[in-house]
Amino acid sequence: MAETKQTTRSKPLHPLGLRIMHWTNAVAIIIMICSGIKIYGDSPIFSFISFPNALTLGGDPDIAWKFHGNGGQSGALQWHFLGMWILVLNGLAYLTYGIVTGRLRHKLLPIRPREVIATIRDAMRFHLSHDDITVYNGVQKLLYVGIILIAIIEVLAGLAIWKPVQFSTLASLFYSFQGARLVHFFGMAAIVAFLIVHVALALLVPRTLLAMITGGPRVEKSPAPPAKLAHQTGE
Amino acid sequence: MRIRPPTGSQFRPAKPIDQSVMAENKARIERIDRRNVLRGSLSLGALTLLGGCDVSDTDTMQSVLTAVSAWNDRAQALLFDPNRLAPTFTEAEVLKPPRFNAYFSEADITPIDVANWKLELGGLISDKRPKTAPDIYAMPEQEIIIRHVCVEGWDYIGQWSGVNLRRFLESVGADLTAKYVAFHCFDDYYGSIDMATALHPQTILATKYAKEYLGDPFGFPLRLRTATKLGFKNPKWITAIEVTNTYPGGFWEDRGFNWFSGM
Repeated sequence: MAETKQTTRSKPLHPLGLRIMHWTNAVAIIIMICSGIKIYGDSPIFSFISFPNALTLGGDPDIAWKFHGNGGQSGALQWHFLGMWILVLNGLAYLTYGIVTGRLRHKLLPIRPREVIATIRDAMRFHLSHDDITVYNGVQKLLYVGIILIAIIEVLAGLAIWKPVQFSTLASLFYSFQGARLVHFFGMAAIVAFLIVHVALALLVPRTLLAMITGGPRVEKSPAPPAKLAHQTGE
Repeated sequence: MRIRPPTGSQFRPAKPIDQSVMAENKARIERIDRRNVLRGSLSLGALTLLGGCDVSDTDTMQSVLTAVSAWNDRAQALLFDPNRLAPTFTEAEVLKPPRFNAYFSEADITPIDVANWKLELGGLISDKRPKTAPDIYAMPEQEIIIRHVCVEGWDYIGQWSGVNLRRFLESVGADLTAKYVAFHCFDDYYGSIDMATALHPQTILATKYAKEYLGDPFGFPLRLRTATKLGFKNPKWITAIEVTNTYPGGFWEDRGFNWFSGM
């Protein structure tokens, strides 16, 4: 019974909608980081941290002078306030999808400390298994849940900076206007750190990257039964 | 104590451009062969023909960005709650003097001779008789201690007093159903705000900072201070106010900055 269900009602590991949301998010994140570091440069928080124009979006001096008659400050803001709509609307769609279909709970929970430690130990001994890319290990779960939470905090800090009067209650959670800027900056730094690890690991195990383009191996459609049981029957 | 921007505003160099750069590179500049420049510009012309899509892509992208910025104006107008007051602060938190910012440096300010200064009124206003400084000072004064936020990212707490803009507009018979209130300034700066913000209880025509008349760098004798907009939306050294339904733009807005720029 269970077997017929698996063969007749299967779907790709990453359904098309999810893949579209993933790559839309990738574009939005790049827009937000590259325009954000240009905006940061208008009034740097740390005198020892600055970003070269070549890395920024909107900071191209030729385009900026041609269209706006300034060094790119307004262009970067325009990009940031375009990217925010893509990021937030796509992010809301992703979270809604993940919660309604149970995908978030199924793939990312529970996170067991023992599992995380075991994954780290395996990784240190180069014993980490990549045979089954349909199941996340403890560290992956921790990182994915962590980056979703950081992205939410990042958006909230962004709202506090954009609308400190209309969202004054939210803004007060960050202590001061500069507090919100600080959180927004470190949130960006954490997202960049995640991106480096995420992209490096995807390149190390190219099947995972391919799966996010083509959909990957087919898996059972309904993740409703406990993940552990489904996994055991698979074995 | 003078508070100087730690790294300087992007809108003006932190220090004057070192003229020795010109002297050092004079020879190099002269070496640039005009014929090569011409030849280069020809191939650049050919390149724009070949890569026509690249150039138009840039134009297309710019029009998308401009359209989204206009959409963001509407979104912010919807988000704006005319009854929501901005947080206020105590006198102990006030920065003295306030932080200077303009599209030119502090050394280039032309102080206004208040004896000859007049506030002109135009557009959808029934009583267009110009106001003198004593006229303005005779009006009821309102004080607000609010956060100034610059589009660049810095902020400070300021203590401003002057006549409430709504009260002022009512006293001169302005059409309060018009869309925009525009400001023209002595330094050729210009700007405009939406009527909803103009009528907000924390929008004033400021004449004083920390209970003293505004200093020359901060807009003496008259400037706008609204608690719900970014710093550049508060023109200094105002010489004329106009109520209109025609979009007036603004100095920075015409250079790509978002027009509504509400907080």
